[in-house]
Amino acid sequence: MSALLFALVITSAQILLGLAMLCGAYRMLRGPRAQDRALGLDSLYVSGMLLLITYGVQTGRTLYFEAALVIALLGFTGTVAIGKFLMRGEVIE
Amino acid sequence: MIQRLIPYPILSACIFSMWVLLTGFSPGHILLASVIAILVSRTMLALLPEKPALKLGWAIPKLAYYVALDIIQSNILTARIILFGKKDREADFVLMPVQLRSPYALATLSIILTATPGTLWIQHDPSRHMILIHMLDLTQKEAWVAMMKDRYEPLLMEIFE
Amino acid sequence: MIQAPNLPGWAALIVGILLLSGASLTLLGTIGLVSLKSFYERAHAPGLGTSMGSILVLSASMICFSVLQTRPVVHEILIFIFITITTPVTLMLLSRASVYRDRAEASVDQAPPDLARVQPNAPNNNDCKGQKKE
Repeated sequence: MSALLFALVITSAQILLGLAMLCGAYRMLRGPRAQDRALGLDSLYVSGMLLLITYGVQTGRTLYFEAALVIALLGFTGTVAIGKFLMRGEVIE
Repeated sequence: MIQRLIPYPILSACIFSMWVLLTGFSPGHILLASVIAILVSRTMLALLPEKPALKLGWAIPKLAYYVALDIIQSNILTARIILFGKKDREADFVLMPVQLRSPYALATLSIILTATPGTLWIQHDPSRHMILIHMLDLTQKEAWVAMMKDRYEPLLMEIFE
Repeated sequence: MIQAPNLPGWAALIVGILLLSGASLTLLGTIGLVSLKSFYERAHAPGLGTSMGSILVLSASMICFSVLQTRPVVHEILIFIFITITTPVTLMLLSRASVYRDRAEASVDQAPPDLARVQPNAPNNNDCKGQKKE
């Protein structure tokens, strides 16, 4: 009984994070300006990373942790590149 | 001798602990981690950064305590604004002078400001020692400026300067 | 896909509460991202997910794996440190890019006072709205 309840709690946390990803994707697709889209992408990858962490909790495997770390690293690099490009029109000056 | 071998002890300690955390505790990995920590931190010698004069003391846990409190408080405030809205809320830019000069102290301040939702660090002018901040709720401005002056700046000055 | 790790009751309770509150805070942040009006207001919203949301979810994962493997597992703290250090950089870059673009397109009501280009002794450098009196 309590195990089922715990499983339901984990699944609902995953659903909430999935909705958060949807909101980020909405801002990314509809954002009136380019910086809004970049901001949406940023929060999309942060929620995706947290979703992967909850998958790790659900399955008890540490594999998901490494995926989350890689997503955090690459997402940061991507957003910085976009921000730099929006500011100057060049990524590397 | 130890100064020449490990020019950046804090950086070396960080690399060492990150390696050990990522790979697990075994004697081989601890040995490898120490070798990598010493060698990799030496690459900073080529970059010649200004050396941080970090003073270890009670100011650091105190700062961490205030930041944790502040993060919780501002999260609740921002969540309330998003959920229920606020009638007389006005968001605007705030220009304020800072006493901090060390780049490390300013970087730490920017991390603290951004980690607390509701304030956003936008720009720092090194020639006039001003920072430009965007605040989500201007009614909090007075309390917030007072907190910056009384809590964070003295603590950061104590740690970094 | 409903499954759960084999945790004792107290750990399951703590992990469940932490996961749910972290996930709902992150969702709240992205709801703010959708509902707030201007870019600078929206830039505050993801901070909920990157500060409190990630702290709660990552500590849930830390407690879960520490109990499962009966040894302290703290490597999630690396993700937290990484997120905390990088979020200011991304937000600062994006808002600076936005400031730059607002000024370039001369939408003056949105753009903040120009810090870098105002000369220190210029007469009109204190006409910005939010300036604090010294």
